[in-house]
Amino acid sequence: MASYERTFTLHVPSSTENLALIRDFVSNVGSQAGFGEKEVARIALAVDEACANVIEHAYGSDNTFEVTVRATIDPEQIQFEIIDKGRGFDPSQIQPKDVEELIRQRKSGGLGLRLIRTIMDDVQYQIVPGEKNELKMVKKRQQ
Amino acid sequence: MANTFQIERSDKGDVRVLALDGYLDAHTAPVFEKAIQDEFESGRLRMVVDCSRLSYISSAGLGVFMSFIEEIREAGGDIKLAAIVPKVYQVFEVLGFPALFEIEDSVDAAAAKFGKGQGV
Repeated sequence: MASYERTFTLHVPSSTENLALIRDFVSNVGSQAGFGEKEVARIALAVDEACANVIEHAYGSDNTFEVTVRATIDPEQIQFEIIDKGRGFDPSQIQPKDVEELIRQRKSGGLGLRLIRTIMDDVQYQIVPGEKNELKMVKKRQQ
Repeated sequence: MANTFQIERSDKGDVRVLALDGYLDAHTAPVFEKAIQDEFESGRLRMVVDCSRLSYISSAGLGVFMSFIEEIREAGGDIKLAAIVPKVYQVFEVLGFPALFEIEDSVDAAAAKFGKGQGV
């Protein structure tokens, strides 16, 4: 089988207003990659969560920065890279708490991370201090 | 583009019904948060959230339910959820919400769960 790779990139200002635009982008790329409607909706949710984290935490809701979403499709999988230049923090260091515990503490943080880890097959973070932060998420095609 | 969100308020007996319409994400969650806060401060603690026209929810929206529920229950009220479409329900399910919130197929069924004359 011939191998191929296609890359699509979206740059948007770091405002939560653009989450809808990001979801539309992810949905279009996911559909073009041949993922089913239900799977595409889940992938769009995972990317939304990652970008919302960047906007609210890495950039502290300052909308003068930029978020980059890069999608790469190949025969085995779809990969999304979320790139920012904000305050880097490594979510893999945070132990997700269960929902009951969060309710008792009246907190809701960490839910997005739990969704990302549930939906995607592989999640990796790379922080280059002062340069960029990159979150890579992979969803494999069902065989 | 899919980013509109609105809340319609109505009453079913002494139960306040908040009907969510559209996309509930990190951008629109503050609108929902304010709506719940307003109901709480007005003393309307028996709430049903009608999700039949809710097309999308992310963790920011789920977080609103979580941050208020304990306080509302301690005050004798509750938030019950109704008519969640399958695409949205799967997000609630991933996070274990069905074990923590009463979720019914219709607003009527959710409102009936409060019982007559009980609570606040």
